[in-house]
Amino acid sequence: MTAPAVDCRHVSVRFLSERRTVTALDDVSFSVEPGGFTSLLGPSGCGKSTLLRVVADLIAPSEGDVTVLGTSPEEARKARALGFVFQDAALLPWRTALQNVELPLEVGGTRALPKGSATPKELLALVGLAGWENSFPHELSGGMRQRVAIARALLGGPRLLLMDEPFGALDEITRDRLNEELRRIWTETGATILFVTHSVYEAVFLADQVLVLSANPGRVAAVEKIDLPKARPLSIRETPEFVAIAARMRGYLGKGTHE
Amino acid sequence: MSEMAMSPSREAAIRAERDAFLARQKSARLKRRLLPLAGVIGLIGLWALLVYVLKVPPFVAPSPQLVAVTLVTKFDVLMTNLFPTAVEAIAGFLLGNFAAILIATVFVHKKSLEQAFFPVVVLINTIPVVAKAPILVLLLGNGMEPKIAIAALICFFPTLVNMVRGLESVNPQALELMRVLSASKTETFFKLRLLNALPYLFSALKIAASTAVIGAIVGEWIGSTTGIGALIIQSTYNFDSAMLYATVIVGSAFSVLFFLAITLAERLVVRWQPASGH
Ligand SMILES: Nc1ncnc2c1ncn2[C@@H]1O[C@H](COP(=O)(O)OP(=O)(O)OP(=O)(O)O)[C@@H](O)[C@H]1O
Ligand SMILES: [Mg+2]
Repeated sequence: MTAPAVDCRHVSVRFLSERRTVTALDDVSFSVEPGGFTSLLGPSGCGKSTLLRVVADLIAPSEGDVTVLGTSPEEARKARALGFVFQDAALLPWRTALQNVELPLEVGGTRALPKGSATPKELLALVGLAGWENSFPHELSGGMRQRVAIARALLGGPRLLLMDEPFGALDEITRDRLNEELRRIWTETGATILFVTHSVYEAVFLADQVLVLSANPGRVAAVEKIDLPKARPLSIRETPEFVAIAARMRGYLGKGTHE
Repeated sequence: MSEMAMSPSREAAIRAERDAFLARQKSARLKRRLLPLAGVIGLIGLWALLVYVLKVPPFVAPSPQLVAVTLVTKFDVLMTNLFPTAVEAIAGFLLGNFAAILIATVFVHKKSLEQAFFPVVVLINTIPVVAKAPILVLLLGNGMEPKIAIAALICFFPTLVNMVRGLESVNPQALELMRVLSASKTETFFKLRLLNALPYLFSALKIAASTAVIGAIVGEWIGSTTGIGALIIQSTYNFDSAMLYATVIVGSAFSVLFFLAITLAERLVVRWQPASGH
């Protein structure tokens, strides 16, 4: 068995302020196997973004150990093995869609695209934005901006893709399409994906493992392997198996919160 | 398919709607241009009327006609005096803003320096220009230097404040993105912070364009023999109100041109829509 792509052991994150201490994550342990697709599901404020930031070396955990792709998060980040899609698209307003996707080539030392990996233009086409290369972010809809951000994160073929509610602000139709698209990208690239979402359906549809977090403080409420076929048409969401799994997830969520 | 095709009458109606819209736009644009002009002409008319009716003597206030005549006959004198003022204002503008941008950059990278020196800068800024001017004249002599220094000082503060704000008010997720990409501090500065600051910088530069001219003029008030400021003082002492007004008009015309040049530069440089309302 190969080493996990992401391994968190007893990770806690506390945010200190003069008024109080917020425990965003409390003793969180889980792992994602290489090439796996794990959804992080939980109510607002339970620490999903925080967990993603710990994995991406954007914040250091107060306690616990994190291993990413066999090394420390810092080494993984410096090796340019990570792609991050932020909760708001975080595009640079003075750059066109294409220039935004090209940004990773201009900073951080790596300037040449690895052989055989998709060009910025191809990636824009992949996310359905062919023809929009020269538009500025303020000329794009929220969903289109989010797709530009995804194309940017895919540039260079990252081995681990961290996505923070990338489809949270989208309408259901676009979201369904992008969910299918993401499944396809995942099978094609073989990247490991850690995907944050509020939506039970999205979490179950996309992933082969769902990590349910409960809020205040953020703890692991459940980890479950999703036993669904690899080929997943959208219609799978109407099958009894899917509905049963989704109901179970909702049960885990309910236990963790006071709903 | 038949529902898709538009009936000719409907098409015509839509075209008529568009034509009407364009006509409305055109008249609105014309109005926007003409109304300010009408305001200026009206004001000059009122001025002429008041001078005529109240029989104001020319050493108190000139009539607009007299000012116009002076503008034409004394054009040479006015221009030879505008030249040094313009040089001082532009040099001060460049110097003050360059210093402000540089110091803002240092402040953003060294927080402790900002904490140490920002209060000092605020303190210096509270001294009025008319008080700073004599000090600088004593320090720098009677040439162009003290005027340039005053113009520079007057530009410095607004640009510094805006520039620091522009460099710091970067989308935090964009900063995190730079870190995920392992961008260096220099790269983050040039690819993110500096561009983010440009709209802020230009708001400050537009203010600075007119204040730099004010700074140069105030500097010339103290023991200067040439320049718009000197001319203002001379014509006041000579009770030459027509010359005084003509000088003021030339000075403001230069200010306006300077401002328009910066506005044009802004349009060329800042082509995107700033992220947040600012
Ligand atoms: N930089 C920070 N400083 C202080 N507290 C923080 C910080 N970042 C997050 N928190 C706190 O940590 C907790 C978890 O935040 P986090 O952003 O991880 O939640 P989330 O699960 O991503 O929520 P959402 O679904 O709304 O995005 C919250 O209570 C939040 O207030
Ligand atoms: Mg979040």
